[in-house]
Amino acid sequence: MTGLLDVQSVSMAVGGATLVEAVSLQIGAGEMVAIVGPNGAGKSTLLRMLSGDLRPSHGAIRLKQRDLNAYGPRELAQHRAMLSQHVNVTFPFTVEEIVAMGAGESPRAAARGLVEAALDEVGLSQFRARQLPTLSGGEQQRAHFARVLVQLACGEAQHGPGLLLLDEPTSSLDLRHQIDLVETARRRAERGTAVIAILHDLNLAMRFADRILLLHRGQLAIDGDRAAAMQPETIRQIFEIDAVIAHTDQGVPFLLPQTMRPADKAT
Amino acid sequence: MLCLLAALAGTALIAFTVGAAGIPLSRLPAALGLWVDNTTSPLLARDQLVVWTIRIPRIAAAAMVGGMLAVSGAIMQGLFRNPLADPALVGVSSGGAFAAAAAIVFTDSHLGEGLRFIQHQLLPVAAFAGSLVTTILLYAIASRGERTSIAIFLLAGLAIAAIANAGIGLLVFVADDRQLRDITFWLLGSLSGTTWAKTTTLAPVLAIALVMCLSIARGLDVLVLGEAEAFHSGVDVERLKRISIVLVSAMTGVAVSICGVVGFVGIVVPHLLRLVIGPAHRLLLPASALLGAILLVGADTVARSIVAPAEMPIGILTAAIGAPFFLVMLLRQRGLVSL
Repeated sequence: MTGLLDVQSVSMAVGGATLVEAVSLQIGAGEMVAIVGPNGAGKSTLLRMLSGDLRPSHGAIRLKQRDLNAYGPRELAQHRAMLSQHVNVTFPFTVEEIVAMGAGESPRAAARGLVEAALDEVGLSQFRARQLPTLSGGEQQRAHFARVLVQLACGEAQHGPGLLLLDEPTSSLDLRHQIDLVETARRRAERGTAVIAILHDLNLAMRFADRILLLHRGQLAIDGDRAAAMQPETIRQIFEIDAVIAHTDQGVPFLLPQTMRPADKAT
Repeated sequence: MLCLLAALAGTALIAFTVGAAGIPLSRLPAALGLWVDNTTSPLLARDQLVVWTIRIPRIAAAAMVGGMLAVSGAIMQGLFRNPLADPALVGVSSGGAFAAAAAIVFTDSHLGEGLRFIQHQLLPVAAFAGSLVTTILLYAIASRGERTSIAIFLLAGLAIAAIANAGIGLLVFVADDRQLRDITFWLLGSLSGTTWAKTTTLAPVLAIALVMCLSIARGLDVLVLGEAEAFHSGVDVERLKRISIVLVSAMTGVAVSICGVVGFVGIVVPHLLRLVIGPAHRLLLPASALLGAILLVGADTVARSIVAPAEMPIGILTAAIGAPFFLVMLLRQRGLVSL
């Protein structure tokens, strides 16, 4: 496993508040990593730093052994693709046009096949000619995911395995499409892509991620496999809930929230 | 595109024949010098004079100004991700007009005496600078983070227009009679008095702007996803914004320096085109140039024939058509966009 992404003690401070504090991690090609944590833990800020969108106040990020700031926007887009949480499209672009935006300057003929494949993969082939703003929130999110897949494929065709960043990609999807999306990301990881996804659904994270990063108050509380992250005591401390952790027949842990922690119940 | 080109040629042809001095279609080829007419009638001489010194520069200016305003509108809408953006509506034209009016008063005063000989060249430059400052100001106020608030955008535009108009009011107050006539011209918007000299200042600006437009077309498409997502997709967002702002300011400023404030062309044209050819800028921007040209040549023809031999300022005409159109758009959007 080669180190695709190398994060050295990055911090992000805005005004007097420290949103992310001294986070270090290495992620290799083919790894699928879930970032979990309560609201305001700094997950999105960390992901935006990894995407090059925000510059860390301290620390350094290297993508493929090269400083992230050394990439120009176009070059960076060939090595990492990112799906933001909310994308709001005002003009009546069709689903196909939006997905094709992922191909950038690639030749149209080459892009067409990738667009077809991505539309098919997210199950939107029949909606290709529809105007994006007329679709439901979940369908729009899948269209944007298809666009990001096209971008990733274009970059990987030229430069080998890249980095795929997903900020709460399942937030407006129904259960089936949540699993479809995460499985699609998982397949990319199996082909060498490094995938980092913010997930709120801990069960989804445990089911699909190789590694779980648990963020708490801007710090990396746990970086390990699901067994390390899914301890009842850890869940109680960080998410402030009691939870039962059980296992499926295949040995995959799952979590069932119980009640608020006793201290809260008392008040 | 070919349809639009044909329509532009047709509109121009009608524009040639209509006006205070009417030239029937049958006499047009001779007047243009397309074939040699051996009968040297005084009528032909008059026709030639009218066509070459008045009609051609005026039609060319109308076409170029219309094209510039429509393309400026389309770029602004792309930049602000807002179909209601228009250079005249949000004060960019007013900023240009204020700077132009200030240039008139200044070059006429004792202080600006030394610059008087380049007054004609100074006006477009001043108008460009005025438009540039307003556009940058507007962008700084209306864009915060990921979203451009439509309400803040329109209100900031109104406020900027009000400031510019207050400045123009002050200039009107201190101006003498001759300056007043010149300034009033900016306020109403008119193509009367277009000369070859003015027309030729438009051509290079439009040509350069159109070429540059094609280089930002893809970026403007992707910008519809928002600034962060456009950056993730490989667009150099800061560069795209800078080029867009300079293009909008240059085209609006130069157009304003030729014919004053002509509103709503920038809203009506791109909106109609999006309904027909879709929102992709690679096609939308050149098509806007053509439809804008058609619209303004047509509007100018109406403006100079409706109350002939007098002329109606074209700004009044475009506002009379464009403002209700804008209201209809606003009402249709109300259900979709929270204001």
